[in-house]
Amino acid sequence: MAMTEQRVSYTLDSSLETIDCAEEKATRIATELGFAEDEVMQISMAVREGAVNAVLHGNGYAPDKKVILAFEHTGGNLVITICDQGKGMDLSRIPNPLAPENLLKTSGRGIFLMRSFMDVVEIRPSQTGTELKLIKHVHGPTADGKEASQ
Amino acid sequence: MTMKVGSRQVDGVTIVDCSGRITLGEGSVILRDMVRDLLSKGNKKIVLNLGEVNYIDSSGIGELVSAFTTTKNQGGELKLLNLTKKVNDLLQITKLYTVFDVKDDEATAVKSFK
Repeated sequence: MAMTEQRVSYTLDSSLETIDCAEEKATRIATELGFAEDEVMQISMAVREGAVNAVLHGNGYAPDKKVILAFEHTGGNLVITICDQGKGMDLSRIPNPLAPENLLKTSGRGIFLMRSFMDVVEIRPSQTGTELKLIKHVHGPTADGKEASQ
Repeated sequence: MTMKVGSRQVDGVTIVDCSGRITLGEGSVILRDMVRDLLSKGNKKIVLNLGEVNYIDSSGIGELVSAFTTTKNQGGELKLLNLTKKVNDLLQITKLYTVFDVKDDEATAVKSFK
């Protein structure tokens, strides 16, 4: 995404390659927007976890289902949207991975990590797919040298 | 960078040197296969040297947990060595630092086995 553009979106297959691709795009865009190195890592990991959920748990690797990934730089925020075409998810059934009885589970940490790394995480499940919105406030100077407004 | 693993023996302890990324897909599978292979051959004192692991996602974290529990269930012990800051931070926020026995140097890790 060139910095002159405010929004860019990608339609991606339900594959492992999509997960790496989403992470790479997030890393590049976050870097271009002037995020600090640790913030870039947090954003790229949150996007990776979101993409994993979309590809695996949402679309179930189905070749006829797509993942829509969008980045938007608006105001003082980087807004990332990841949509799948699955059957939605029951948010009430997501366990707390920090609970003692869940510590040794081998899965279930993706959404927790996203919430740890991003300023806002919104999940909107429906019967035709899940929309995930990740927001990170831009704290430092943007690529054009201006301070981002908060 | 894809994940690479190699194992060596030090005083009866198997050190697994890992490098690259432990993520969903190949990286997780490589680690899983290595630990299962070691256990099947009777190597039950295992140290995962993560000093060259520069990235790990939730699937990779799950693979570390799986390696830990699989080893424990077979009467063995699995410890972690040389965590990078990124991996250390992830284990802290997921509270897994309280689960794993984490060591900073190899000699101490080897001596710590009963």
